[in-house]
Amino acid sequence: MALIADIQQEIVEEFSLFDTWEEKYEYLIDLGKKLPAIDPLYKTEENKIKGCQSQVWMHSEYKDGHVFFQADSDAMIVKGLAGMLVRVFSGQKPADIVGAPVTFIDDIGMTSHLAQTRSNGLRAMLKQIKLDALAWQSKSSAT
Amino acid sequence: MTSTAGYDVERIRSQFPILQRELKGKPLVYFDNAATSQKPQVVIDALVEYYSMYNANIHRGIHTLAEEATAAYEATREAVRAFIGAPSTEEIIFTRGTTEGINLVAYSWGRANILEGDEIIISSLEHHSNIVPWQMLAAEKGAVLKVIPINAHGEILLEEYYKLLNPRTKLVSVVHASNSLGVINPVKVIIDAAHAVGAVVMIDGAQSTVHLDINVQELDCDFFAFSGHKLYAPTGVGALYGKRELLEAMPPFHGGGEMIKEVRFDGTTYNDLPYKFEAGTPNIADTVAMKAALEFINGIGKENIRRHENDLLQYGTEQLRQIPGIQIKGDVAEKVSVISFVAEGIHPQDLGVLLDQQGIAVRTGSHCTMPLMQCLNITGTTRASFAAYNTKEEIDRLVAGLHKAIKILR
Ligand SMILES: Cc1ncc(COP(=O)(O)O)c(C=O)c1O
Repeated sequence: MALIADIQQEIVEEFSLFDTWEEKYEYLIDLGKKLPAIDPLYKTEENKIKGCQSQVWMHSEYKDGHVFFQADSDAMIVKGLAGMLVRVFSGQKPADIVGAPVTFIDDIGMTSHLAQTRSNGLRAMLKQIKLDALAWQSKSSAT
Repeated sequence: MTSTAGYDVERIRSQFPILQRELKGKPLVYFDNAATSQKPQVVIDALVEYYSMYNANIHRGIHTLAEEATAAYEATREAVRAFIGAPSTEEIIFTRGTTEGINLVAYSWGRANILEGDEIIISSLEHHSNIVPWQMLAAEKGAVLKVIPINAHGEILLEEYYKLLNPRTKLVSVVHASNSLGVINPVKVIIDAAHAVGAVVMIDGAQSTVHLDINVQELDCDFFAFSGHKLYAPTGVGALYGKRELLEAMPPFHGGGEMIKEVRFDGTTYNDLPYKFEAGTPNIADTVAMKAALEFINGIGKENIRRHENDLLQYGTEQLRQIPGIQIKGDVAEKVSVISFVAEGIHPQDLGVLLDQQGIAVRTGSHCTMPLMQCLNITGTTRASFAAYNTKEEIDRLVAGLHKAIKILR
């Protein structure tokens, strides 16, 4: 598994291939489309992230010292954002997830937009990922 | 160059500094007027002038500044009275906006008059601010909240409304024009039918006051609330009209300064109307500036603005109908200048983001009317709402923007 920082760098490089906002959004939406479908079992009220205009679900599992994330949304741009987050964080160790600085969002050249939009759920999703990782971390160190 | 002959939209636009702004390198298209309107220079000037020249606390000082501030504040009350056709300034209570006006009635009139088993009627079109205060009141009093159903176009089913009315109906509170769809409710008919069973009627005028001619005496409503910020005035100020007999019989809402005549530890006598309901130092500056906003509207003429906005509404509706997969919600004849729509297979939030990217500000989501969205069986819409300064060219930009967004999303 590549390092969190390396995956972030990879995403930044991919986005740097596009000059226009249209292409960047098309790519972002593509990432959402490529996001593996979440197991319907996990599309529950409990797994819904509150405070977003669209519906966003996130589920995590812990296996052999690594946290695996699944996510989905009924809005395509949010799903793309979720796809990026899953790509960066899924399969990583809890401590790495908790400690990782998130830089790629600033660096893909869409920040002015993505950072402004409180309702896009990006911040809420990121918070959920870190919280889940923390929870798995404390559970695994307890055993 | 645009729309109605004689209506100089460019001159009107030049009075709104914010319209000079660019968004993402493109001239701003502001189509979120139903959320809040932009402010003309005269309103901004009125705020600056107040703070620069005669800022003082009102009603209590004997010095010149206090007198000037009081005179300006009370002049707005007269301007509001005239704007909505109220019989007297004593029946105009300044509030923070529609929400506070409705809550004032729910707390003061509601808690004094609603008993267990009484019935309160609202409609399916209501904004959360005309739902939640009544739910709270009903829960506290053991009263029953009933909801007038609508058809698929968002029109109230009057026959169903008549069936809900009975001698236990104590209050009917309905929105004059829907913020989510633009649909205008037949409030006169609703009011008369409610009065026939002895119920009191509150009208939520948040959306109607800027577009329609309002005469609360002709409507014969008992309470009418609106927000200044939706009619070119600053945020944080609005007004509640109430019939004198009702207001006089109602207990105060907030206790404090301004609302009293005499305070003793063994008892307090309350001030006369409207001050009984205006405890504490009010929002003087914004209230003063609201007069400039009303004069701005009167200066152009509500009728002229309405004709212009209706042109935009008609043009926009025709244009949007031609975009494949787009369906307008609330596509009826009696509307204020709001176009709410859904695009097949596309989440409104995605549309909103991609329109914003093109410098176009629209509203997406449930528009604080979640129950209405449930009635229409949708999660939300994209809403474009027009004001006096919007143009057909801007609608063309919206249409082009939608084509582009849909292409990216499909
Ligand atoms: C129909 C309607 N009612 C009530 C309100 C609440 O107004 P305010 O937030 O200004 O108090 C609004 C504003 O969004 C509205 O559109």
